[in-house]
Amino acid sequence: MLKKRPWSRALAVLLALGVSTGAQAGTTLLNVSYDVSRELYKDIDPAFSARWKAESGEDVTVKQSHGGSSKQALSVAEGLEADVVTMNQAPDIDLLVERGGLVAADWRQRFPHGASPYTTISVFLVRKGNPKGIKDWDDLAREGVQVIVPNPKVSGNGRYTYLAAWGHALAKTGSADGARDFVRKLFANVPVLDGGGRGATTTFTQRDTGDVLVTFENEAILIARELGAGKFDVVYPSNSIEASAPVAVVDKVASRRSTQRQAKAYLDFLFSPEGQEIIARHNFRPRDEQVLAHNASRFPAIRTFTVEQTFGGWDKAQAHFADGGAYDQIISAAKR
Amino acid sequence: MARSTRVLPGFGPTLGLTLTWLSLIVLLPLASVFLKASNLSLSEFWNVVSAPRVVASYKLSFGMSLSAAAINAVFGLMLAWCLVRYRFPGKRLVDALIDLPFALPTAVAGIALTALYAKNGWIGQWLEPLGIQVAFKPLGVLVALVFIGLPFVVRTVQPVLEDLDVEHEEAAASLGAGRGQTFRYVLLPVLLPALLTGFTLAFARAVGEYGSVIFIAGNIPMISEITPLMIITKLEQYDYVGATAVAEVMLLISFALLLLINGLQAWTARRTGRDR
Repeated sequence: MLKKRPWSRALAVLLALGVSTGAQAGTTLLNVSYDVSRELYKDIDPAFSARWKAESGEDVTVKQSHGGSSKQALSVAEGLEADVVTMNQAPDIDLLVERGGLVAADWRQRFPHGASPYTTISVFLVRKGNPKGIKDWDDLAREGVQVIVPNPKVSGNGRYTYLAAWGHALAKTGSADGARDFVRKLFANVPVLDGGGRGATTTFTQRDTGDVLVTFENEAILIARELGAGKFDVVYPSNSIEASAPVAVVDKVASRRSTQRQAKAYLDFLFSPEGQEIIARHNFRPRDEQVLAHNASRFPAIRTFTVEQTFGGWDKAQAHFADGGAYDQIISAAKR
Repeated sequence: MARSTRVLPGFGPTLGLTLTWLSLIVLLPLASVFLKASNLSLSEFWNVVSAPRVVASYKLSFGMSLSAAAINAVFGLMLAWCLVRYRFPGKRLVDALIDLPFALPTAVAGIALTALYAKNGWIGQWLEPLGIQVAFKPLGVLVALVFIGLPFVVRTVQPVLEDLDVEHEEAAASLGAGRGQTFRYVLLPVLLPALLTGFTLAFARAVGEYGSVIFIAGNIPMISEITPLMIITKLEQYDYVGATAVAEVMLLISFALLLLINGLQAWTARRTGRDR
């Protein structure tokens, strides 16, 4: 009888497979994250699984997805079944609140420090010995300096660079016109706009293009120490923007998949001393005072400002990048 | 009636299938694009599609695609000629190589080309002293589009050339035609329809190309942003409607150009008495 109906056997096999994988694998979580957090979560995930196993006896496997922050958020809004999102800018989580209420509106209050387990700052990476003598933001707008930045339209990393440059010039000149003028000069020096932080890294390190790469501190240190040891130097400007990386449970998905408990524990783990240590090891600035204190040598103290302080919140900062907004005007005028 | 002369029946079902299939695979997605863009008022639509950055991207995309298709038409014809008319060791290998741009993921092609043409690349390091930059410049776009479009011309011209006996050329020569005349009056008219088809395919492919171009273009607004990048950028900013508006304009221009080329092709075919 089975011979006559091979599909019934196939079905039986499928069912058996489904049941067995369900029984063995325990819970899986999907963490949808941004471009340059790959290495961090590669260490966080097994540490969390071990901790959770010890605490609750359950097996949890965390899977990762990485890409440009906004693109990732959009995938989740479109139906990618993320249990948690770990982004590099708040608007990408706000989007998930607006689109179908995937994330609770009060996500900032659900975890400590505005639901952001670590911060990083925008710094410079220059070629060994700093041949162009690049020390501060003003040097990026000098003639004859090529600056590599990911596209601020689509990359959180690039957006922070733009906002940092704006904030620097705003503080220095005291006027929005001054800031605009400075940012225009800086972007006139940009020969390539990559889609994400990693693309910019490749252009700068592998294609030998540009005199300075502006990127997150963790990425700059990673390149200087590991990817191109001895070929690059990290330069800290006099001041920079503090980028806080927000995290949230995607409630709608987690409740449908009944993974709320694990998802929350996973994000809690990021704030625990153990998680914070791993974070510091990957050159992100931890929130935990103690962890920060004994990693102080990694993180030179420079003046920082936040999006809220300089721009009065993300809504106003975002307006810079809207079509026809300040960024579009600047870049069109910067055309050589 | 044509119907009575057919050996095989089936006009009704095949036409029905054709229309259903086309609707499902082509028209339905396109209709959804137009529907989405119709959320904009006419003036909003115009503002989106006529923004300076977007207009600059049309010029780059269509200009480079036409140039790339033209380059491919010339060199594709030569390649096809060489492959059909001559026998040489490794011919099969060369023949197989031509299809590689079809098979290679375009992102890989883009990264490979960028690595070659960057100023520290194998080719780029020799061009740099001459003041020629390819990677991260509009020229890079052209290089990528030539790469991905090559097989189209070769593969459309090749079978026609194979059907074209050498006797044609010999007859022309024996009647006193020079080499140029033989090419101009004997070969080209026969090859032109196939050449135009190849050109059209290469052009259409180039207009829609994203993966390979994005790595080599540099993506500087007003200078080296292709239209598909403008669309992706809008999508990544959650601006579906704006993205579909630009896509719509791109579709319309492409469609008009394709119609034009097809018309040209029909005309040349008729002129040379090869109307089917």
